Amino acid sequence: MELYKLTIHEARELLRKREISSRELTKSVLERIRATEGEIRSFISIDFNNALKQAERFDKMQKKSELHELPDLAGIPYGLKDNICTRNMRTTCASRIMEYFSPVYEGTVVKKLRDSHAVLIGKLNMDEFAIGSSGETSIFPHTRNPWSADRVPGGSSGGSAASVAADQLLFSLGSDTGGSIRQPSSFCGIVGMKPTFGAVSCFGLVPFATSLDQIGPLCKDVTDCAIVMNAITGFDARDKASAKIKHPDYTTFLIDDVSCMRIGFSQKWMAGNLNEDVRNAIEKAKAMFEDMGAVIEEVSLPHIEYAVPVYFLISSAEASYNLTGVDGIRMGYEKGAIPELDELAEYVGMHELGSAVKKRILLGNIALCSEHYETYYMKALKVRTLIKQDFAQAFEKLDLILSPTNPDTAFRFGEMQDNIVKMYEYDAFTVPVNLAGLPAMSIPCGFDSKGLPIGMQLIGKHFGEEALFRAAYTFEQNTDHHLKSPLLRHPQ
Amino acid sequence: MIFETIIGLEIHVELKTSSKMFCACSTQFGARPNTNTCPVCMGMPGGLPTLNQEAVRLALRAGRALNCEINRVSRFNRKNYFYPDLPKGYQITQSELPLCENGYLDIELDESEKTETETTLGKDAPSRCIKRIRIARIHLEEDAGKLIHPENQPVTLVDYNRAGIPLIEIVTCPEAISPKAAVEFLKELKSIMEYTEVSDCRMEQGSLRCDVNVSIRKKGDEKLGTKVEIKNLNSFKEIQKALEWEQLRQQKLLRTSLPEQIIPETRRWDDIRGITVPMRAKDGARLGCIAPEPDLPLLDLNDSSMLHFLEESLPELGAQKRNRFVSRYGLSRYEADILTKSKQLADYYEDVVNNGAHPKEAANWILVELLRLWRMSEHREIPVAGQSLAELIMLVDEGEISRNAGKTVLSEMYETGKDPRDIINQKGLAQINSENEIKKIVEAVLDQNKNAAADYKKGSTKAAGYLMGQIMKAGEGRVNPNIAREILEDRLNKL
Ligand SMILES: [Zn+2]
Repeated sequence: MELYKLTIHEARELLRKREISSRELTKSVLERIRATEGEIRSFISIDFNNALKQAERFDKMQKKSELHELPDLAGIPYGLKDNICTRNMRTTCASRIMEYFSPVYEGTVVKKLRDSHAVLIGKLNMDEFAIGSSGETSIFPHTRNPWSADRVPGGSSGGSAASVAADQLLFSLGSDTGGSIRQPSSFCGIVGMKPTFGAVSCFGLVPFATSLDQIGPLCKDVTDCAIVMNAITGFDARDKASAKIKHPDYTTFLIDDVSCMRIGFSQKWMAGNLNEDVRNAIEKAKAMFEDMGAVIEEVSLPHIEYAVPVYFLISSAEASYNLTGVDGIRMGYEKGAIPELDELAEYVGMHELGSAVKKRILLGNIALCSEHYETYYMKALKVRTLIKQDFAQAFEKLDLILSPTNPDTAFRFGEMQDNIVKMYEYDAFTVPVNLAGLPAMSIPCGFDSKGLPIGMQLIGKHFGEEALFRAAYTFEQNTDHHLKSPLLRHPQ
Repeated sequence: MIFETIIGLEIHVELKTSSKMFCACSTQFGARPNTNTCPVCMGMPGGLPTLNQEAVRLALRAGRALNCEINRVSRFNRKNYFYPDLPKGYQITQSELPLCENGYLDIELDESEKTETETTLGKDAPSRCIKRIRIARIHLEEDAGKLIHPENQPVTLVDYNRAGIPLIEIVTCPEAISPKAAVEFLKELKSIMEYTEVSDCRMEQGSLRCDVNVSIRKKGDEKLGTKVEIKNLNSFKEIQKALEWEQLRQQKLLRTSLPEQIIPETRRWDDIRGITVPMRAKDGARLGCIAPEPDLPLLDLNDSSMLHFLEESLPELGAQKRNRFVSRYGLSRYEADILTKSKQLADYYEDVVNNGAHPKEAANWILVELLRLWRMSEHREIPVAGQSLAELIMLVDEGEISRNAGKTVLSEMYETGKDPRDIINQKGLAQINSENEIKKIVEAVLDQNKNAAADYKKGSTKAAGYLMGQIMKAGEGRVNPNIAREILEDRLNKL
């Protein structure tokens, strides 16, 4: 049996019945990685020995029946985006300056998963400091899309998406600031979720834009997504933004029924630069929901057209000061004595930060400087409030909003290099969700003519994960897009 | 030309919390370098701040004691600048919406300091007047680390133990006051911070720091002169000297019609040379942009966990206590001033009085004798219990021992912590009050000093003094001088 192909819930059943051990599962995953990593390149760091040790430790515990109740993720191999701090593995953010950074602390999610006895395999490739939408700003070899090796996996959680799509891991965690989980999930044909802002503690996540960042799961199906959500959500006193609420059992939302669900949709989104195949897939999905008893309503979000510029202003501003600590004093190469401080700052800027990162820092600094503060930054904050209100108003009558995740499928490496504005357009459907702090999920809803996966985005109301899971689960139960796997060039 | 000096003060006060502003690290002074640190205060990526509510509580006490308006909702900002003592690359502060605003502090000045704006005090203190110093704002912020420049080594070391320690910054409105008045204000402020238990205010440990800015204008001018900031001031004395020096420097330049040489700049007090010198550009950190702090919510005092902070009662402050000491204990202003300089000393004084000592005597003993042994600046416990000092004072009052012997006893008490009676018994210091015993001593002295007695008869008053001295000597200082004098006079008159 090719154990690496299992979903979490399938593996969990086998582990519980003791038909397989975590060691077997982990070995299978590690072999899969060995066989495919040359092609996919989703990892920055892999710890083979420690992975097996964790798996064996769990097997031993289970054998001795030390675990009264087996946590859902116990013995399950997973990976982390390399901007989530881990104690025993470097955390690079795919940046030169943090190439050898080994934190003495770990993210709250890492601790939670360790407590669940999940098996950490390694750290996954990404855009430098999560700034980018293709994985191409990483200083490491760029991750390839498992569905087409000349195409990007999306970003910034490119490695997180590609690894799950290529069956290198059973699940992974990523971070989503403007679509960084959902966009690569749609490019790679998997389920990716950005929970409500504050649902998951971001302590130990190297920040990009703290008011937008949220950690979330990337999985093979919706059920797995609910299982991972159960493990990673919860209040954390160390993260002031984390919500003091009692989280539900997300698996109870996995109900195959959308009758009477009110789903918002805007016909406007179907116009413009939308890929024809994406349009058709979304229309089909919409029709399917209607067939199953959901009510589709036209939704109006008047300020959403400003979401992209607002997002860029706010995220750049926050990035510019979040990255001030990365100035070479505590991180970066050891260059011996530094005669002048300014020289150090300059050195770091010139040699250790990528151009996408520098662009954001510059843009953010300009936006925050006193002469532009009111005209740009404050205005952006005001529009953000209007966008939030748009959603709040829409959700008075709706349970969900449906849209494409992206206007197009995965693009080729280098294709967007000279067309940054077009690349920004790719974010048009995903960034409003972060600005409003809402939960959203990208699920596979078809393939384009080139055989590349298409993602559908479902947006829920604030802590409205129930409707999200229910609709996503129903869609999945009645389609088979999520069951298709990419044919890798060098399968074992 | 008559000049007017306008002085503004920026005072940083370290709050007396046990943990840092945004993490759980200890604030213990003097710990090994970089041991009181964690990912949050080291600004490691992924560390997130959580607000220490104790810091808010203390800042509110300061704000209320300084008559400020309290902003129920205030906000944190990031002040970006690049300097090695700032691990995060920015300081969390409240530049936009501070916790407290628009306060004031009244200080007493000598009449000579008076300008038009002050009101003269009543006849109680005819030579003093009151000056109101307005406080623009008090806001919360975090401290930076400390740079250490080891001697004879071309390196700079950084200790981040201080990084993240909670501070309040108190900013005064620029006022036309003298350097001396500015220091008076600082002293009063320090006393209030101590009384309200907001801070230890140990300048030598840096828990109270002050930057000043000075400008000079011709009297009558509306427009303020060019403002110069002075840093590196480590004591009240230095602050006064620096202000006086800078005042003189600017006045000279104005007088010689070189006002353009006064430029808006930051100068450093060079305490060795006793002058202010321009700070090299790289001494100053490069200030970047101010941005909101997205990792912290608004500071909302309506939050149930902080609501009661505003209802806390404040202790009696120095000025109030001073007035009470004058009216209740009949002390002079001078005595009350010194006794209330520190809360510790004021509390001690009242302890002594409450244990039965006469208020005036207690003040005397403390101000003259105790302060010879115990220095306020040492921040030590006073090793003599209030009750013991009261007992000693009463023993002197009742004539059990002489005043001089009392001083010896106090020194001994201070050294050993022993009970005054034990010391008196041990050292045989008890005063001789028995008439018979004194008579014997007087007779013996007269026997040995027949000439002096004869001189007295001839009318020499000096002789009586000499004889008294001899009597005291013979009695080893323990003879009750009043009784001895009576007996001596009686005896001499009978000659
Ligand atoms: Zn700390």
